[in-house]
Amino acid sequence: MSTTRALSVRGLAKRFGALVVAQEIDLDLAPGARVALIGPNGAGKTTFVNLLTGFLEPDRGRIELWGQSLQGLRPEQRVRRGLVRTHQINQLLADNTARDNLAIAIAERDRHAWRLFRFGRQWDRCCEEAQQRLEEMETAAAADRRVSELPYGEQRLLEIAIALSLRPRVLLLDEPAAGVPSHETEVIHQALDRLPADIAILIIEHDMGVVFRFAHEIVVLAQGRVLARGSPAAISADPRVRAVYLGKSPV
Amino acid sequence: MGSFGLTVLLDGISYGMILFLISVGLTVTMGLMRVVNLAHGAFAMIGGYVAGYLTQRGCNFYLAALAAAAAAAALGAVTERTIYRPLYRKGELAQVLLTIGFVFVATGAVTEIFGAFPYPVVFPPYLTRPLDIGFRQYPAYRLFLIASGAAIALLLWLVLDNSLYGARLRAAVDNPRMARAVGINVSLLFTSTFTVGCGLAGLGGALGAGILSLEPAYALKYVVLFLVVVIVGGEGSFEGSFVAAMALGIIDTLGKYFVAEAAPYLLYTAVFALLLWRPKGLVPPRSLA
Amino acid sequence: MRRARVVAAIGHAVPWAIAVVYFFAVPSDLDFGTQVMIWILFAMSLDLALGYAGILTLGQAAFFGLGAYTAGLFAIHLSPDPLLGHLAAIGVTMLVGALTGAMILHTTGVTLLMLTLAIVSVLSQYANQATDLTGGDNGLQGIRLDPIFGVFEFNIFGKTAYFYALVVLFGWFVLARRIVHSPFGRSLDGIRQNPHRMRAIGTPVWWRLLAIYTISAAMAGSAGALSAHATRFVGLSVLDLLTSGTVTVALILGGTRRLYGGFIGATIYLVVQDYSAKISPFFWEFVVGGLLIATVLLLEGGLLDFGPAVLRLRDRWQAGQRR
Repeated sequence: MSTTRALSVRGLAKRFGALVVAQEIDLDLAPGARVALIGPNGAGKTTFVNLLTGFLEPDRGRIELWGQSLQGLRPEQRVRRGLVRTHQINQLLADNTARDNLAIAIAERDRHAWRLFRFGRQWDRCCEEAQQRLEEMETAAAADRRVSELPYGEQRLLEIAIALSLRPRVLLLDEPAAGVPSHETEVIHQALDRLPADIAILIIEHDMGVVFRFAHEIVVLAQGRVLARGSPAAISADPRVRAVYLGKSPV
Repeated sequence: MGSFGLTVLLDGISYGMILFLISVGLTVTMGLMRVVNLAHGAFAMIGGYVAGYLTQRGCNFYLAALAAAAAAAALGAVTERTIYRPLYRKGELAQVLLTIGFVFVATGAVTEIFGAFPYPVVFPPYLTRPLDIGFRQYPAYRLFLIASGAAIALLLWLVLDNSLYGARLRAAVDNPRMARAVGINVSLLFTSTFTVGCGLAGLGGALGAGILSLEPAYALKYVVLFLVVVIVGGEGSFEGSFVAAMALGIIDTLGKYFVAEAAPYLLYTAVFALLLWRPKGLVPPRSLA
Repeated sequence: MRRARVVAAIGHAVPWAIAVVYFFAVPSDLDFGTQVMIWILFAMSLDLALGYAGILTLGQAAFFGLGAYTAGLFAIHLSPDPLLGHLAAIGVTMLVGALTGAMILHTTGVTLLMLTLAIVSVLSQYANQATDLTGGDNGLQGIRLDPIFGVFEFNIFGKTAYFYALVVLFGWFVLARRIVHSPFGRSLDGIRQNPHRMRAIGTPVWWRLLAIYTISAAMAGSAGALSAHATRFVGLSVLDLLTSGTVTVALILGGTRRLYGGFIGATIYLVVQDYSAKISPFFWEFVVGGLLIATVLLLEGGLLDFGPAVLRLRDRWQAGQRR
């Protein structure tokens, strides 16, 4: 291994009975990479995220984070190593405020969450940082509101803010703009532009506008295998990709 | 040995038939409506008490059993429309709590009306006598349970497998959303299925009163057994609950013969181990497979 | 801000003040007050597991009963020291809580519920069979206790038992309050709402649940020990499924996730039971069951939510009028 990669996937394979959902997938993310994973519905994109994050166990293959194997680690342990994801469908704590959602994640990151009896300053500090992060995301107004009452766009921003608060080294963004009404998408785009440069990011996205704006490299997944990879320009010119994907849903 | 083994088998099967008769409604409703119904035993209990009340006043046993089924079914229909319906949207906790509340109400009511002591169903004389079955004398009541249980199971199986109602029911258990999309009246299906399920429980409570004796604690005491049949057999699986009920009946009977003292807690320990080993039951519902 | 704090402080003082006043006001029926406090503690233990962490359990009686039998047997066979016996009960229930919790807490929903029911059933059937140990149907009799600290004697007036229960309840309450407001408590809140989310932010969900389940078991065991000590008797009913059911009722009536919910719920429950039992010995089940159904259907937050619920109904009615 010549250069250290932030994330390295080799020969990842998974099947559910007769259904092959991942077939010999290879993928590398350099530090600070911006890679988009695209593919038609049912191509196995979300399955791939679940395999990386440990919510699914692969049949074969290796996943390395900064040269360390993630073999056999549970999802929460992978998060601790710096592999963090966001969700396509909101997985927020709907009854809590936006600030509490963030503070709970921060407490977890700083390992305060095992403190059963001491509280006060630590929790206050978590809340302060949460407030600060909300301000950075320009959603401070949402801090005291229950998540279930927030506009969808702000919920998506909160999901990203939570992932960032965990100090990821590799971040998997699963359709960050999915379901956001068009007048709110620009806010999401700006948030994506502001993501720290040193984090390696894999974005799974349907919206070609987001992909071409954000990604330096595109990997196309179809039927559980990598169909093509390359620069955005090369991918949009690739006739195979046009056939399975771009042809069906015009940009 | 052969004759002893057969006796154990007959004891186990007759017990299993009662468990099946009462539980089958529960397995279908839990599979179909996804409601954790701890009150199912209350419907069986109410059926049993109705049969007890009527037979003690000289009513024909079979008519009384039918009345028991009808009473439990009617109560099922009313409660499905009134207190169960709001539960479908709520979480498991609300379902557990409300159905426990229903058990308390039923237990309190039964104690008020019929007293705190065991309440017998009067069986016809020919059922209380032993019958010569070739190799030994065997209680006619238990043979009657096996015969009637088998007949009802067969009838249910024929209905579920061959009728339009059965097809709809299976479709709705497998995929509720799809069922609604293709125009099945799910609301009516829920009510009718719940009603039939409660009616069967009432019938089972009446017929099985010779084995699961009627007392106010019945509803809470035996619901664990009924739930075990459902969970071990797999929610929504008709065949699974039949197998589970038979297995439970036979295992419990074996336990009573061989390790009489430890039998009750060994049974629950076995259930505990089984649930840890196969959390989704022996026969997982198809929708999850 | 300061005024809100004063109001909150008074609010916190009220239940404890009532407990002290009760001692002087109703010296003839201290046993009832002791029972109420035991059930408050029991309900609070369930609030931690079921209310805060969302562990769907109907097996809480297993720990209450185990604590009661441990305390009773300890007094009979090992030492009449009540505090040692109490500690033993806490230790045993913690151990059993940790062991069973480790086995069952990776499951959810109906399976988890069934496993907790199975645990309670195993224990209650065992207690029923092992008559040499438990006295079976006759209950565990002949519990003799030394005075607490060698000074405060357990007697028929129940003064010692009353204060003993009050002090134990207060201790657990302070602990529980710290727990639910700690970062740990907040993570439980998250786990109840969405375990998947919590794993995605790095929470070891199973360990957290195991921790709170063990604490909850110890608390229920402590309530059981209080019960054995206060009455010097342990009956089979402590392990009954009905006991699990009734403590759930007590908690839900008062409302989950408040800690004080158990205070209201257990009091109402025992008062209702006491009064309706005078009308007819089994009427209370009917009343309590009806209350539970009404609470679930109408008051999601328990009786403490009664005021807000009435306001909501009024708003809805007014909205209907305008339309």
